[in-house]
Amino acid sequence: MKHPLALAISAAALAFTTTALADDPKQGGIVNTIVQPEPPGLVLGMIQNAPTRVVAGNIYEGLLRYTTDLEPIPQLAESWDVSDDGRTYTFHLRDNITWHDGEPFTADDVVFSADVFHRELNPSARAVLQHVESIEATDEHTVVFTLVEPFGPFLISFEAGTFTMVPEHLYAGTDFRNNEHNDHPIGTGPFKFANWERGTVIELVRNDDYYEEGLPYLDGVNWHIIPDGGSRAVAFENGTIDVLPSGTVENFDIPRLSEMDNVCVTEEGHEYFSPYSMLWMNNREGPTADKRFRQAVMYAMDREFARNVLWNGLGKVPLSAFGSNARFQDDTLEPYDYNPERARELLEEMGYDGEEVTILPLPYGETWTRWAEAVQQNLREVGINVRTQATDVGGWNQRLGDWDYDLAFTYLYQYGDPALGISRTYLSDNIAKGSPWNNVEGYENERVDELFNEAATAYPDEEREALYKEVQEILHEDVPVGWLMELGFPTLYRCDVKDLVNSSVGLNEGFRDAWLDR
Amino acid sequence: MLYARLIIMRLFKAVIVLFLIVILNFLLIQLAPGDPAAILAGEAGAADQEFLNQLRERFGLDQPMYVQLWRYVSGIAMLDFGYSYRLGVPVFDLIMARLPATLLLTGTAFLISLVLGIIAGSMAAARVKKPSGSIIMALALVFYATPLFWVALMSVLVFSVYLDWLPAYGFYTVGAGYTGFALILDVAKHLILPATTLALFFMAIYTRMTRTSMLDAAQQDYVKTARAKGLKPGIIQRRHVLRNALLPIITLAGLQAGQMVGGAILTETVFAWPGIGRLMFEALQQRDYNLLLGIFFFSAALVIVFNIITDLVYRLADPRIKGAS
Repeated sequence: MKHPLALAISAAALAFTTTALADDPKQGGIVNTIVQPEPPGLVLGMIQNAPTRVVAGNIYEGLLRYTTDLEPIPQLAESWDVSDDGRTYTFHLRDNITWHDGEPFTADDVVFSADVFHRELNPSARAVLQHVESIEATDEHTVVFTLVEPFGPFLISFEAGTFTMVPEHLYAGTDFRNNEHNDHPIGTGPFKFANWERGTVIELVRNDDYYEEGLPYLDGVNWHIIPDGGSRAVAFENGTIDVLPSGTVENFDIPRLSEMDNVCVTEEGHEYFSPYSMLWMNNREGPTADKRFRQAVMYAMDREFARNVLWNGLGKVPLSAFGSNARFQDDTLEPYDYNPERARELLEEMGYDGEEVTILPLPYGETWTRWAEAVQQNLREVGINVRTQATDVGGWNQRLGDWDYDLAFTYLYQYGDPALGISRTYLSDNIAKGSPWNNVEGYENERVDELFNEAATAYPDEEREALYKEVQEILHEDVPVGWLMELGFPTLYRCDVKDLVNSSVGLNEGFRDAWLDR
Repeated sequence: MLYARLIIMRLFKAVIVLFLIVILNFLLIQLAPGDPAAILAGEAGAADQEFLNQLRERFGLDQPMYVQLWRYVSGIAMLDFGYSYRLGVPVFDLIMARLPATLLLTGTAFLISLVLGIIAGSMAAARVKKPSGSIIMALALVFYATPLFWVALMSVLVFSVYLDWLPAYGFYTVGAGYTGFALILDVAKHLILPATTLALFFMAIYTRMTRTSMLDAAQQDYVKTARAKGLKPGIIQRRHVLRNALLPIITLAGLQAGQMVGGAILTETVFAWPGIGRLMFEALQQRDYNLLLGIFFFSAALVIVFNIITDLVYRLADPRIKGAS
């Protein structure tokens, strides 16, 4: 059955492409949108949470951008070469770029950002930089990265939110976190920071000196801060807000809002992050330590139902550990279809005695609460004794960090490559108390460690593919975590906001090309 | 003279109470599960151990509890409230930036509820056996019993979505660029819905309390005397009944006034009003301890100040209350 919203989306996508071809972009206008929650600050590189990324991605830029198919395209670098041994990457920068304060952007900024700033502050960039031996500016517009050994996902690591370019002339030699310019971020992007009325609005204005001729089309973007989900929906309904970024209204409001006149919906623009929802299962103790129990959980869950009802038919039911946007996904694996009968058999085989297991929902709003209820019901139907324990974000962090749970909801970004976003969940050297974002389930498998580590540095891609194929087979059998859903996060917008989502990070840099047909 | 001594005594006690409150709050907050570093790291979606350690060290969370407590208390003694973990801005600045919006909202709601509540209560007392009096009381009961957030959402639905008379949220119209009188008018428009929502509950309480206490006062001998000497009913109500009925209302007004800083969490959230209640709620969710403690401190200080004021007003309203307490 095709869900009505899915139909609306394809229709919208169709309308989108045809009008985009037919019309020439118009100059001017201000778009009103929402950022939720209010970001702690706007200096990308220092802060990488979602609200900071979505606003500051229009102020700051990276060396490369990525299409919705995750192909690199030029941003600050206009071209790049890779040496035959996969160890040397040379980036040629554009020569007409200036920072928002008028200073020229040069290769020295790149070296400073990567080698000094990110090494000190940025955990995601650090994970990549440990593979980098040296970073050199060979002339004013050329930067050479030399790697310790080939690193497969290197070229996909330059997205603005992960590997932001920060101005050397303002930050070098200062205490980064207390730098006076943090209140007034200076980037190279299409929009400049104008004003932040705390609790009310963040205003960005057009960068008239942007290096892409003619861009941006908009005069500015206002990011409204509205703490209540119902009020955000109303603000979109009554026309104050033109664009609702994904995750800013509850899922149950989405069908109603998307049926309004002149409202378009797109699921695109999350390919880089590919948020993947999983069910942590404690591999250390209790029934969840038994592989058969974990498999039974996979068979017991009606994930199609969750997708169609709780997520409005958006997103995908995943096959296995590698999501469909991940490179090297092995799609020949046998899916864990909804099969309560099989689940009961497995439970009987292991001799499950009805010991209580707890389930910890993700405290991110109503959809997640309902989802936990649905899973709880599914598990009860096959005879698992489940109890839900509600908590808030702080409590959820603490419980997972202390490994004090049986089953727990989460979702993680995949960052376009298994070595960046997937292996971290399964590598045994990534087990450490105190963080809810590492190998929380406590899965240990030497062969899996070997394969993941080898695949990260194997070269070229064919070598990686074979290694990843084997690792997927092992994980698929072992079920270290439950694979719930590749989340579909819809962006809602007035249809007269054109060319809004055109890269794999969507709204995080969407206003660069957007224009208003009014 | 008497007042001056009273105020000095009460202020002296207030300092001790505040000191105890600071310590108690600090200890209470340690009971909440989770720590701010983990939450900040969680928001970032990616964190290694080094990142978490950096944060904990920067916030001083790597120190033993008694060191943290000592640092905090000695900071407060110098009126240094520290920095917000999440926003990296001095707590004092954050609170001061949000205070005007909150005081405007809660102050307006306070006046509306007090004035309208007393008027409605007096009317109900004067019409005790008539249908009009019962209607007032029925309405008061409805407002008293309805949850605030529901009133807020429904008023948005009616006045903003269907009728389109009033803005649904916010403090002013973003991007309109109003200045001077136009800006005042704009803010006033934005103020109507949240202030009314917030006022309804207390208005209902004032109405009920005024009525009861006026009916009570009306039974007193001095009212009979007043009636016997031929005063007009209106004058009796105002001068003899209402004035004597005021004491419990003052008590309640003192309580409401004490809640002016932190008492509007729901209203501020639904209406996106950039005030302290919201700041506090977000700080709680993010375990932004410094910010949370700072807001607790201000709320506590305000409660104490209004208690003192209430005591003084008692003495103005009823000269029989005297002497230092």
